[in-house]
Amino acid sequence: MTVAETIREITKKHLQSGGVALGQCLTAVGWVGGTVPELTEQDGLIELSMDDTAGGGIAVGLALAGRRPIYIVRYQGFQWFNAAMIVNYAAKSKDMWGIPCPVFVRSVAMEGSIGPVASSSHHGMFTRMPGIEVVAPMTPAEYTSTWKYFMSHDVPIYVSEHRKSFPIDYELPNIIRPKADITLFPISVGRLNALEAVKELEKEDIMCNLIHIVRLKPFVPSNHMLKALADSIHGGIVVDTDFENGVSKCIAHDIMLASDKRVHTLGLKERAAGFAPHLDNLPPSPKEIIRKVKELIKDNRR
Amino acid sequence: MIPESIDTEGVLEIFRKICLIRYFELNLKKVYDAGLMPKIPIYLSVGQETIAAALSMIYKGASLFGQHRGHGIYLAFGGSPAQLIDELLGLPTGCAGGMGGSASIQCPEIKMFGHDGLMGTQVPIGVGYAIGTGQTTITFMGDASAEEGYVLGAIGYAATKKAPILFVVCDNGLSILTKKDVRRNWNMADHAGFGIATMDITDDPWEIIRTGKLFKDQLPALINIQTNRELWHAGTGRDGQPNEFNRFNVTKNEIAMAGLGTEADTIEKEMEISIETLWNQRLQLTGRL
Repeated sequence: MTVAETIREITKKHLQSGGVALGQCLTAVGWVGGTVPELTEQDGLIELSMDDTAGGGIAVGLALAGRRPIYIVRYQGFQWFNAAMIVNYAAKSKDMWGIPCPVFVRSVAMEGSIGPVASSSHHGMFTRMPGIEVVAPMTPAEYTSTWKYFMSHDVPIYVSEHRKSFPIDYELPNIIRPKADITLFPISVGRLNALEAVKELEKEDIMCNLIHIVRLKPFVPSNHMLKALADSIHGGIVVDTDFENGVSKCIAHDIMLASDKRVHTLGLKERAAGFAPHLDNLPPSPKEIIRKVKELIKDNRR
Repeated sequence: MIPESIDTEGVLEIFRKICLIRYFELNLKKVYDAGLMPKIPIYLSVGQETIAAALSMIYKGASLFGQHRGHGIYLAFGGSPAQLIDELLGLPTGCAGGMGGSASIQCPEIKMFGHDGLMGTQVPIGVGYAIGTGQTTITFMGDASAEEGYVLGAIGYAATKKAPILFVVCDNGLSILTKKDVRRNWNMADHAGFGIATMDITDDPWEIIRTGKLFKDQLPALINIQTNRELWHAGTGRDGQPNEFNRFNVTKNEIAMAGLGTEADTIEKEMEISIETLWNQRLQLTGRL
């Protein structure tokens, strides 16, 4: 089963058991990349108006009503409007009043060709707020695990999705070498690009560990992450699909505090994305990851 | 004029609630000004007591989404005055365990949800709650919050989905001290109803009851209620007497004209004494007096 099919099945079962899913243009062409079951409002699939800011509040109200809403935001960049009531109410409700407000925010990133705001990931704006957890699943098992976690806990969860994950029907295991040059910690679609980079680097006898980061917040460096890093000669790189001044630096910081290695970051470039292909601002490509790895190795040797 | 449809018991019950809110807050002002409580921001509804008092008579059991000026809503709909005092004193026995203070009052027992501090968020959240539960819900806002884009969007969405929600705009014509007519050239009842039932009225409690009853079975609906706040936007200061009318005195006079002056005087006196006693008890218990 692909990730898209997994999400669709999860949503269908949720609606059948009294839950709701809501968002804008859900029933439009494509049903959000095939992730939304072709159901109706009577089934619990709620079409919102195009008011992004109010939409977040309506999702919060449905959560307070005990409906465990799946709140679908088709482009992560739209979160700049949608986030207000998710992070300021749903995330704080339990701390403030002891009232849980569990919303499952499906936030879909895509890669490029869509201009200055909407494309790529924006999970960094959520990771800085207390009371909300942030996950970036890319495989069917990771998505299922995220959903099970949501249904067995009472916290709001921001799920940083990427359209490139929708056709994925396999898992992405970590790669750990006995003596690696460097350890990569990629996030979201950066995981696919990092995997390609690792294969290319291997051809040049540069050995990389690859530790996939799925849970962005709370982020707890695991023993196997730290062991892999400790065994790497040149430290590590967190590869993000958001701007670097966000969660990637937080994760790098946490890993460095728990180790004696330097961990660098690589994410979107610090500029706006344009529409023309050469002006776009895409997640680090395999080539860019390879270049960064080689630079670090060169610097360290120097 | 008190309508005949409201019996003596009803008239006196409304007045009792008005007095409860008024004397609770006048005591709060006294305690705050004397430095007997933490200097947190407080938002008083003295002068606006009739709105929550009257609506609580019609919408018993409704779920409530207020904003920062919520003491009156909490008290009118049955929240414990002692727990509100404790909340304002920052105690764990407060209705929000001290987290809410004056501005974020919540009380599950009366289905009152806390507010997060961002103006007007209670409106879309209330709409979502009304859709999710199918239960009658009231959301209160000021005339300034009503200008938030997401408030207007949420009213439009409630109209589209026929959510069982009453929108109540407490309209004192001011955003802090900025007058409404310099902020907008439109009004809620005429321009922001999106096809739902709307009414623009004063805070005459009898008129609120009449309109509340009228709208009860045709939600969603919106009532814009013109009112006067006697004290500052935040804190206990006073800019002067209310601009146009003192609703408390007007209401009391109407009750007297209906032949219930003695009963009203008794209620007011009893409430004044009981609330002052309660405040003193809570202050003494916490070593503040």
